[in-house]
Amino acid sequence: MSRPRVRVPRKIKKGDTVTIKTLIAHKMETGVRRNKKTGKLIPRKIINGFEAKIDGKTVFKASLHPAVSANPYISFAISPEKSGKIDFVWTEDGGKTFTKSAKFTVA
Amino acid sequence: MLRKSIAAAALVALAVGAGSGVSAEDKPVGPWERKENHVKAPKDSPLDYLVSGYWFRTPKTRALQDDDFENPAFLWVEQGIEEWSKVDGKAGKSCASCHETAEKGMKGVSARYPVYSAKNKKMMAVTHQVNYCRENYMKAKKWKWESGKMLGMTAYIGLQSRGMPVNVSIDGPVRPFFEAGKDFYHERRGQFDLACVHCHQANFGQYIRADFLSQGHSNGFPTYRLKWQKLGSLHRRFRGCNNNIRAIPYKRGSPEYTNLELYLAWRGQGLKVESPSVRQ
Ligand code: HEC
Ligand code: HEC
Repeated sequence: MSRPRVRVPRKIKKGDTVTIKTLIAHKMETGVRRNKKTGKLIPRKIINGFEAKIDGKTVFKASLHPAVSANPYISFAISPEKSGKIDFVWTEDGGKTFTKSAKFTVA
Repeated sequence: MLRKSIAAAALVALAVGAGSGVSAEDKPVGPWERKENHVKAPKDSPLDYLVSGYWFRTPKTRALQDDDFENPAFLWVEQGIEEWSKVDGKAGKSCASCHETAEKGMKGVSARYPVYSAKNKKMMAVTHQVNYCRENYMKAKKWKWESGKMLGMTAYIGLQSRGMPVNVSIDGPVRPFFEAGKDFYHERRGQFDLACVHCHQANFGQYIRADFLSQGHSNGFPTYRLKWQKLGSLHRRFRGCNNNIRAIPYKRGSPEYTNLELYLAWRGQGLKVESPSVRQ
């Protein structure tokens, strides 16, 4: 599970604002559901953080909460001045991370 | 006649239970009522026209389906793509060993399934066939009907028929299975004593349990349901519809549900395959 997908335009026109879209497969276990058989609470496990960096500099950051539905979709806009690489990091409760990167050119 | 009014009363009870608050007067014209969204019904169809479940959903839900990126079902499709060329089982083979690319080998498959297999003397849904190949040709373990791998694979296979009209065969050896599916569709069951036909034929377009009832077609499966927050099979949907009227559901992959799948495919003959669709 937890495969991320991102959509970043390969070529961006200088001065343009483009939308970056991301999606990650994740159950987003809220911590308030009970196991139907045992009645015990299922421990919380959600993606609690998301960050996007261009060439090491943070351009977008978000905290996520248990009310966010499964398979969270996050999109945001960027308007880069020069070509570069964008790195995405999703952080799960417990500290495990999932990453994905994409390159783009600005002309 | 009496039985019919009981069914109607049960439906009203369900609708009131949902507290919809939508009356006939202030209900806007639904997109499913517009002619341009209708498809010609097949010969002998009990429906005047066909309309996909897509048109009963909100613009927001439809937009999710329209964009392959935003459609969460594609998270599973990607898993299907991975599995396609992954060697598994004692025979040392992958799907790609025999079928090459899914784009070529699986084109149109989901549009004409389920089919009768003379070899197995039974109706086969795509899911049955995938497991048949795994067990017999790959010497690999079966996948569970509702597992992520199976759903990913059937969604990936379904995608190769997207936009093609549903076109199942109901003649020859298939006929008895078709008739059995048709009977199932019309049989009353459960505490509410309702049949599929009461909701999806007599009352589509009505507001019930916080949903607009559709014609109950199968052209979008497997479907990402917002309620499930997951991709789900057609047989899971059947179980849901059986449970909602407090009837005992059958097993996924059972002959009963496979016959029903066949009959449903015929009812939707001509609708375009939408797999993997998004529903509420
Ligand atoms: C060793 C060869 C072999 C492998 C490996 C194999 N298949 Fe098949 N597959 C066949 C043959 C042969 C048929 C024709 C029907 C039959 O004989 O059962 C078939 C038929 C099918 C069909 C129906 C196609 C149609 O036109 O009706 C589907 C769907 C399918 N396979 C999916 C898969 C998937 C998915 C995998 C991997 C998990 C797979 N197969 C692996 C040999 C193979
Ligand atoms: C009490 C009414 C009721 C009955 C009876 C019922 N359903 Fe449904 N069904 C629903 C509702 C509500 C939905 C969700 C909204 C919609 O698509 O109609 C639904 C959805 C579906 C869908 C999904 C449609 C889509 O586009 O995704 C299928 C397929 C379906 N039903 C098949 C059946 C079958 C087969 C039966 C008989 C075994 C049946 N239903 C019986 C109420 C019912």
